[in-house]
Amino acid sequence: MSIPADLLYSKTHEWVKIEESAATVGLTDYAQEKLGDLVFVNLPAVGDEVIAGEPLGDVESVKAVSDIYCPVSGSVAAVNEELMDAPQVINETPYEAWFIRVEGVTGQEDLLSPEEYEAFLATLEKEEE
Amino acid sequence: MERKTPLYDRHVALGGRMVPFAGWLLPVQYSGVIAEHMAVRTKCGLFDVSHMGELILRGKDSLSNVNRLLTNDFSGMSVGRARYSPMCNEKGGVVDDLIVYKMSDTCYFIVVNASNKDKDATWISGHLAGDCTMEDASDRYAQIALQGPKAEIILKKLTDKLPEKNYTFLSEGNVAGFSAIVSRTGYTGEDGFELYCDSKEAPAVWDALLEAGKEEGLVPCGLGARDTLRLEAAMPLYGHELSDDINPYEAVLDMFVKPGKPDFIGKTALETAKPVKRRRVGLEMTGRGIAREGCLVYGGKTLVGHVSSGTFCPYLSKAVAMALLDVSCQEPGTSVTVDVRGRSVEAKVISLPFYKRTK
Repeated sequence: MSIPADLLYSKTHEWVKIEESAATVGLTDYAQEKLGDLVFVNLPAVGDEVIAGEPLGDVESVKAVSDIYCPVSGSVAAVNEELMDAPQVINETPYEAWFIRVEGVTGQEDLLSPEEYEAFLATLEKEEE
Repeated sequence: MERKTPLYDRHVALGGRMVPFAGWLLPVQYSGVIAEHMAVRTKCGLFDVSHMGELILRGKDSLSNVNRLLTNDFSGMSVGRARYSPMCNEKGGVVDDLIVYKMSDTCYFIVVNASNKDKDATWISGHLAGDCTMEDASDRYAQIALQGPKAEIILKKLTDKLPEKNYTFLSEGNVAGFSAIVSRTGYTGEDGFELYCDSKEAPAVWDALLEAGKEEGLVPCGLGARDTLRLEAAMPLYGHELSDDINPYEAVLDMFVKPGKPDFIGKTALETAKPVKRRRVGLEMTGRGIAREGCLVYGGKTLVGHVSSGTFCPYLSKAVAMALLDVSCQEPGTSVTVDVRGRSVEAKVISLPFYKRTK
């Protein structure tokens, strides 16, 4: 299970890269594996407001729809259009498949360090047994 | 508490993601729904369908019982033939859809949906008349489906005889030396076989098939791919395109209803069921969105029906759905909109099936 060291993580399996007051958001390797083959993505528009802990959009596998929760609050500055045409990129390279770039970050959810996220995943695996 | 099929350990060992389905634990996928779907369309896939029910009618009057219980006509059927039929209630609604295998003039082997097995057993045994008994043989039999263009090549390595034509079967076939009913039927839209063997021998049969199919690219496939495949081939699924409140004509199963038969359950109701007011149609999403079961469908501002099944089809690479719509919207080319989680997405009616194999 890949957990890059330069990112922060949410308990709902989003990753976030925070640089000054901008943040880039995606889904973790654990998330894409659990979701299965992704075939569709619904993303917000540039200029939309996002709120930490609220859905920013959703992803669809063949079987089901899952919300993506935004780890930060702010304004959507960029949306990764490539994902709309090729959602499988999320499964293939989850840490390159960014969903949105948020600017004017005013707040964030409780985020986990890579080590804390890894420990969190371990508790989930235990629950599943 | 879900039941395990005889192949449970095999699925877990192969990395199957086990989920509850109709009271059973079955793999929803192994490597991935899309890969498994594409394997069936281009090479071959192997499915554990042991959860399905097998009910056997025996006796001098088994044919008359079969003809009374089901809408299709089973007279004039040769031994070794299989025939699909809806089973209706007195209102003409569908109790289940199933396949009947004629074993002999006094023995009919009926395969029913897992989700309806107990209901069907009660219904059938409660409606028997004359010299006819019903055995629920579901626990005795395991069922394995081998589906895809390579199915015949693979099965030929494990048996010296197999059914040549679609919807025929060998009651005394064998696979890798194990006795099995070998039927040329399936639920994927591809050529293939459904194999009914003794539950205890299922793991050995499964292993033999995987081994024989290795060089042809045979992969195990789960429930996820089973659903996308049958949907792409526009095959109905009970609880979606069929139910107690949907009659066979609404589901476009007219050719499996023989109103000329002297009598069958639902005959009177079905006599006045045409012309139907609503019909099963195919939808292709033209806007951005995947229509799913339950989504409401609109023609302009008018509610015209609902989606019974919908997904993104891996082989066709597009989002399609089957819907039960007012007959005013049934013509291919009709534009409708589907409410997908609050968004209005455009779709158009297209003719079924979405996919048909070319050979």
